Amino acid sequence: MAKVKPRVKVPKTAEVDEVIEIKTLISHPMHSGRAVDGDGNLVPRQIIHSFRASFNGTEVMSVDLKPSVSANPFFTFPYKVTESGTFDFVWVEDGGKEYTKSKKITVG
Amino acid sequence: MQTHVLKPISRRQALAYIGAAGASMALSNVAFAGPEEVAARINDITGGAAGDDTLIMLDLPEIAENGNAVKVAFDIDSPMTAENHVKAVHILADGNPEPDVATFNFSPAMGACYASTRMRLSKTQNVHVIAAFSDGSFGSASATVKVTIGGCGG
Repeated sequence: MAKVKPRVKVPKTAEVDEVIEIKTLISHPMHSGRAVDGDGNLVPRQIIHSFRASFNGTEVMSVDLKPSVSANPFFTFPYKVTESGTFDFVWVEDGGKEYTKSKKITVG
Repeated sequence: MQTHVLKPISRRQALAYIGAAGASMALSNVAFAGPEEVAARINDITGGAAGDDTLIMLDLPEIAENGNAVKVAFDIDSPMTAENHVKAVHILADGNPEPDVATFNFSPAMGACYASTRMRLSKTQNVHVIAAFSDGSFGSASATVKVTIGGCGG
């Protein structure tokens, strides 16, 4: 399988109480379990089924994904920053494998 | 330069190939979630409460050329305070093999309530967005997306 690579875009700095936009993307085929490969064999289901974003250890947003989400799942969402800290992003694949990415932001 | 030689096949072989292709198409004809199943799923989420559709701004293309990646975005006018915020947003599609596309769980810390992602649509169908608010009420919005090339990989 192609390498799964998570990518996140978070502003490096922000003002206090500013609502920033976070963009996340992970390269993943999201095999729905319904498509067939070149030889006519069914490709088993293998998707990212869960995504969580947390800031300084507190979960701020999560998504439950179903096979209807496109390959290379992409999300944008807002966050209101009040202090400097670290965002942690976790993607969970079928079978329990986790992919993580962290981003720091300086506020003030 | 490379030349391509086409292997001649007999009429009998040709018919056999066509038959095999037809059989595989029949096999890949999966059951799709119909509007009834989606209505039942919405009922499941809301417990029968009627949704108000004025609160959700839904951004969906009218025509999607490629059903493999259809952008879906929503923006909900909510103060996002501890007392009054959007708890979850469900995206449902009534022409896909299963109705659920994704469920977003939000927290007041976000400060605003919008998000976008990309989804697969197997054919022309209705997309529903259901928002669950912290006070127990619900909002809903839906739109029809025309799909030129389906995105279920079958």
